[in-house]
Amino acid sequence: MTRLVLSVLLRLAKAVGVVLAIVLLNFVLIRLAPGDPASVMAGQAGAADEQFMAQLRAQFGLDKPLPAQAWSYVSGVLQGDLGFSYRQGMPVSELILDRLPATLLLTGTAFAIALIGGVLMGMVAGLNAGRALDFIVSVVSLLFYATPLFWVGLMSILLFSVYLDWLPAFGMTQVGARFTGWEYVVDVARHLVLPATTLGLFYMAVYARMTRASILEVRDMDYVRTARAMGLPRRRMVRSHILRNALLPIITLAGIQAGQLVGGAILTETVFGWPGIGRLAFDALLQRDYQVLLGVFFVTSIMVVVFNMITDLLYRLVDPRIGAAA
Amino acid sequence: MTRLTRRSVLKATAAGVLAGILPAAVRAQGADGGSMNIIAFPEPPTLFIGLDQNGSTQTVAGKIYESLLTFDFDFNPQPGLATSWEMSEDGLVYTFNLVQNATWHDGTPFTAHDVVFTCRDFLMEVHPRARVIFGNCETIEALDDHTVRFTLKQPFGPFLMGFEMSTAPMIPAHLYEGTDYRTNPNNDTPVGTGPFKLAEWSRGQFIRLERNPDYHGEGQPHLEELVFPILPDAGARAVALEQGQVQQSQFFDIELFDVPRLAELPHLDLISRGYEFYAPVARIEFNNRVAPFDDVRFRKAVNYALDRQLFADAIFFGLGVPATGPISKRTRFYSDDVTTYDYNLEQAEALLDEMGLTPDGDGVRTTVSFLRLPWGETWARFAEMVQQQLGQIGIRVEIEPSDPASWTQRYANWDFQMTSNYPYQFGDPALGVARFFISSNIRQGVAYSNCTGYSNPQVDALFEKSAHGVTDEERQAAYTEVQQILTDEVPMAWLVEVDFPTLLDTRYEDVIVSAIGTNETYRKAKLAAE
Repeated sequence: MTRLVLSVLLRLAKAVGVVLAIVLLNFVLIRLAPGDPASVMAGQAGAADEQFMAQLRAQFGLDKPLPAQAWSYVSGVLQGDLGFSYRQGMPVSELILDRLPATLLLTGTAFAIALIGGVLMGMVAGLNAGRALDFIVSVVSLLFYATPLFWVGLMSILLFSVYLDWLPAFGMTQVGARFTGWEYVVDVARHLVLPATTLGLFYMAVYARMTRASILEVRDMDYVRTARAMGLPRRRMVRSHILRNALLPIITLAGIQAGQLVGGAILTETVFGWPGIGRLAFDALLQRDYQVLLGVFFVTSIMVVVFNMITDLLYRLVDPRIGAAA
Repeated sequence: MTRLTRRSVLKATAAGVLAGILPAAVRAQGADGGSMNIIAFPEPPTLFIGLDQNGSTQTVAGKIYESLLTFDFDFNPQPGLATSWEMSEDGLVYTFNLVQNATWHDGTPFTAHDVVFTCRDFLMEVHPRARVIFGNCETIEALDDHTVRFTLKQPFGPFLMGFEMSTAPMIPAHLYEGTDYRTNPNNDTPVGTGPFKLAEWSRGQFIRLERNPDYHGEGQPHLEELVFPILPDAGARAVALEQGQVQQSQFFDIELFDVPRLAELPHLDLISRGYEFYAPVARIEFNNRVAPFDDVRFRKAVNYALDRQLFADAIFFGLGVPATGPISKRTRFYSDDVTTYDYNLEQAEALLDEMGLTPDGDGVRTTVSFLRLPWGETWARFAEMVQQQLGQIGIRVEIEPSDPASWTQRYANWDFQMTSNYPYQFGDPALGVARFFISSNIRQGVAYSNCTGYSNPQVDALFEKSAHGVTDEERQAAYTEVQQILTDEVPMAWLVEVDFPTLLDTRYEDVIVSAIGTNETYRKAKLAAE
């Protein structure tokens, strides 16, 4: 077990270095984009003069040389301070924490839908390979795989909100309503259905195809044939001989997707007016709200690093052959 | 893996539930009471109107903050925080009598001292448009608690226009005097005198304002609350309006191609009044410094080659009329006695021939670039239409995409050949039009200054003269002459006088009552009795 702890510590140390490098790289990259927050604010106000621009730049700390700005940002991050959004008048950490739950709820649900739905579909297809059921699942998953997200989003709004009027089209709660308790949960859940499904469909297709392929590969292995020859019940054979071994590539993929839970939903959040972190980042980019954008990048990169580590640990649980050295 | 996901979902749900525990509202029925949901797009960066005059900030904060005056559709001043006002005959002294019983949202009385602080100290420090107006003042003094006197250095025709809400919102002196305005903690908790107070702002979701029970207007406001959902996607905004989840959209909230369809729905009215104060002219600005735009013949050729009626019909879907010059006829001092450019390709090509710009083998005479305006789909189509139309006379147009930051940066630093724009006119050419043409306003790095680089001493003198005129007659004479010169030298191509669409639920009345339309206080807005 000490070997495990040691390897985790080593990975953590590496991760800190990677995250710091990401912070610096992001800082430089963002500054390469033309324009700054002062010019955005002038552009949106439709009026400006020199004094106005100079005041804004001084307020945002943009009047200092770039290296000094970089240093003050990085040293702030090292002390756990993600900076202040002068545009929104709030500390960056507060802005991000404010939006993080909404995004995690959306992406977490989408993740669950994708994983459960995808693996189930893949199993059905894989175990019935070559039959009609396999064909249907394959066509459906190909369709999900190939259709752009925003189109699915818009079409599902048209169908379920506009024509059928079953589900709300946008937002996280009903406009103007102030539900509490259970009513609130139901309200959020109703708002969650369309965006979470839209977001989940693509990955569901990926999981389905991967599970199917993986099962096809595993089910012809010698040990499966042996198990079958031993007269093992089909259910048990599927669960402990086929599925467990078919699972590894799916975990890899799930790890990658989980790392993107925070940053990967910009499009869905925009189409459905979901108040998450992806939109926060997108708005911050358009407004050149540097500190917010860097803050979101920072949180996202930490998520990626953390989920990579969790994935590695999961490998070892599922497949004891993989040791700490991996 | 699943355990972790479930835990984070639970955590997220718990946080969401906590946010949902809010005071229950009392909902009155009938003529008084009720609420209204209004689209807010984009999300305002702040609601402190003193420091930010973003469009959506004005729409929301215009209900929280007030100014001394507002204006009817014909620009006659109407009472706001001032009940009456008078101008001396020489146009040098303006005296305002203030509402007696107005209080700030924190209970402090609103007095003449607040007006003096706002106009003399606060706005002069932070507000570029207000500086142009109150910079004319010799003194600003409180005669007593409810009387303010402005003494000007020289007459300034549009002075009263400066008392509009986004130009001179009243700022509470007791919270701001002697502080660093930009870092003042009160900026996050707006304190105005308006009919509505900030109740809740769930960032990324909605802003909720509630009725101010201590409002100075007798029996006002009528509505119990206003909710502003933040809807970032144009399609979602149209659906929300269509399904009745929101009751109002304004400016370009709804993509123009969706407007005719929504306007036909029985529960929605299309209103184009209420934008007189803004009355923009959609135009193409030429960088007059660079070839071939430094040649007036080229600028004229472009003017002749653009079919203004087609722009009004196909790009603005009939929400606008062809423009003839820099001043919109929806605002003041417009003149139609100017050089006009009817769609005429032969004349355009003759001018290009005269310049020696002849077509090459592909029919291309010259190639120019067009910096696309980043404010929505309408301007992308606008750029494509320019490209298509100029292509007909052999001018090849390369469209350069941009986002708000890069557009403003390049525009302010003269790094463009052509770009579109539709700045507001603010009710008077001295405030909204002169700034784009006078030589003293050629200032690199400043957006919405004279970025085309056009310079004509005669135009400078006329704008100066008309700004400081006292009577409307003498001002009109100077403005007519300016419009004649400008339409002859065409530093820009003025295409369409834009009518913004307000889509409003038919159940409401007295909503659009002034020249600032949807940015008005909504003190009079109410649900019609059923």
